[in-house]
Amino acid sequence: MEKFNQHTGIAAPLLRINVDTDAIIPSREMKRVSKEGLGEGLFAGWRYLAQGAREPNPDFVLNRPEYAGTSILLSGDNFGCGSSREHAVWALKEYGVRAIIAPSFGAIFANNCIRNGLLPIVLPDEAVKALARQVEKDPQAHKVHIDLEKKQVVAPGGEVYGFDIEDGPRDMLLQGLDVIGLTLRHKDEIDAFQAKDREKRPWIYL
Amino acid sequence: MAQTLFDKLWTAHLVTALEDGADLIFIDRVFLHERTGSIALKSLEAEGRSLRNPALVFCTMDHIVDTFPGRTDDTIMPSGKDFIQSTRASAHKAGITLFDLGDSRQGIVHVVSPEQGVALPGATIVCPDSHTCTQGALGALAWGIGSTEAEHAMVTGTLRVNRPKTMRVLFNGDLGLGVTAKDMILHLIGKHTAAGASGYAVEFAGDAVEALSMEARFTLCNMAVEFSAFTGMVAVDDTTLNYVKGRPFAPKGALWDKAVSQWRALHSDKGAAFDKEIVIEAQDIKPTVTWGASPEHAIPIDGKVPDPATARSENQRASMKRALAYMDVKPGQILTNLSIDAAFIGSCTNARLSDLRAAATLLNGRHVAKGVKAICVPGSTQVKLAAEAEGLDKIFTKAGFEWRESGCSMCFFAGGEHMGYRERVISTTNRNFESRQGPETRTHLASPLVVAASAVTGVITDPRDLMRGGDGKI
Repeated sequence: MEKFNQHTGIAAPLLRINVDTDAIIPSREMKRVSKEGLGEGLFAGWRYLAQGAREPNPDFVLNRPEYAGTSILLSGDNFGCGSSREHAVWALKEYGVRAIIAPSFGAIFANNCIRNGLLPIVLPDEAVKALARQVEKDPQAHKVHIDLEKKQVVAPGGEVYGFDIEDGPRDMLLQGLDVIGLTLRHKDEIDAFQAKDREKRPWIYL
Repeated sequence: MAQTLFDKLWTAHLVTALEDGADLIFIDRVFLHERTGSIALKSLEAEGRSLRNPALVFCTMDHIVDTFPGRTDDTIMPSGKDFIQSTRASAHKAGITLFDLGDSRQGIVHVVSPEQGVALPGATIVCPDSHTCTQGALGALAWGIGSTEAEHAMVTGTLRVNRPKTMRVLFNGDLGLGVTAKDMILHLIGKHTAAGASGYAVEFAGDAVEALSMEARFTLCNMAVEFSAFTGMVAVDDTTLNYVKGRPFAPKGALWDKAVSQWRALHSDKGAAFDKEIVIEAQDIKPTVTWGASPEHAIPIDGKVPDPATARSENQRASMKRALAYMDVKPGQILTNLSIDAAFIGSCTNARLSDLRAAATLLNGRHVAKGVKAICVPGSTQVKLAAEAEGLDKIFTKAGFEWRESGCSMCFFAGGEHMGYRERVISTTNRNFESRQGPETRTHLASPLVVAASAVTGVITDPRDLMRGGDGKI
């Protein structure tokens, strides 16, 4: 898994609440049994003028020239709510997004981010909006800096916003860990649990 | 110490507390479907990993299969066949149990899992599908995960999970005529927002919940994810046990007795502390319908579309304005004279036998209004067969509804069949997101009673108008 340590990038404000995973990657854009080829479908319903077509909607933030090369999204409450489709995260990654800053996230989406090297950062709504105001003046020059080690977001103007993240997800991102491998280090404990549990709840073991 | 139902389920599956603050939770059941399970299985193959307990892993075809009679692997959705065939090949290779097309156990994952007794009280159940919380209604811990997490669960038999907080939602008293579990959950989300349970595992309790049938409890828990909950759950009681008994994968004989003796304890102890509690008087709930593009945009069916000026925050105001434009409705408007283009009865929310029976009571002897496209997609092949055995299919088709094979169908638009550009749909599904059911399709979420009543009149209709007085039928 790709590591995440520090990142400085162009941030695009998508200041809506409840941006759902159907909006991030519409089901019709999930065309193959693959984690790849999804970047083009990112935000397809908003990004293109007509359904299924590819003519860019000039008003959509990511299509505006000043936001070319966006790697950080700023958004509202409950980003990534709805469907569990991990394709939303794969599409964001393929597009080039490395981090999303929002007041809260859909739980399954946030987990999917962590498992794919994408950093979901929780900051209060006012902080997200303050970042957006600074960025909007000149997005290409006013970049946002993220330091996961220090758990800090640094605004273009130098203001520092600390954020909280559980140690587990943080370590996984910092080290790019293979989570399955990490859990298999506990194989003996899992074996012992299962053996004991089989006695207690034999009907579970078909 | 007094424990909550959630505490009991969590503790019973705790393998170990991990050094990083998460808990390693043992997973009893993994269920997959062709949409997101296919990629998990394919990815495991590519990595050369094997499943720890293949006998505990199940798979069904529901998400992108067609629902027309005589269906095959071909789908209206472009490339759907690849998902179906990839899933089938991987499932056979992995040695898991597949409810394939043509198998009488096939259907929507959250309908067939309890129906077959795969989901059981006290079990941990995960599926790469957000509506897995449905199955928590059995007094189980069931939650939606991503495909990568599904791989983790299949290989290690566990998941690393940060323990959520606990919330109890108490529905006191009795529901009124024409008010259902769907109205309870829409009412709750309408009052407490779509992010209202973020970070919480929610137990639904109280007289009104205890009085619900098992199938209605699935409806209630189904939309816990629309409330942003980690999961929803209901304590085990006789209703639960009567439902589970005799299901194909449920324990039998002496094992059944042993299981029941443990399952009887699956309730929150008296005095158990929750991190948060919400109390709702059931009598305050009316048939509820959504006006906007989030499940939180829910109002009583005789209510008015709210004015964004009354929004509780600037962000809510912006969301409401956007939804008003998308749905083409105005603040202050009443919904009960709004013309619909289509009516849809289906999905893991509301397509069980009791849902179809409820709709049929209103459709019997009536006909769908002119110009309204009406479709019923049973939640499982078993539901379809049972409905046909009691003649419900005849009532639906005579009323002008299409009667389909089971699948998720038009709960979402995957590039194939859809509800039509900007068409207005009254739907028993769970999500009214922009373009969820079709290109710019305008979805109003409601109960099967509301959908059936609306299909008949051609406008969004309070089912109670057809149930009491009116034309006198029930």
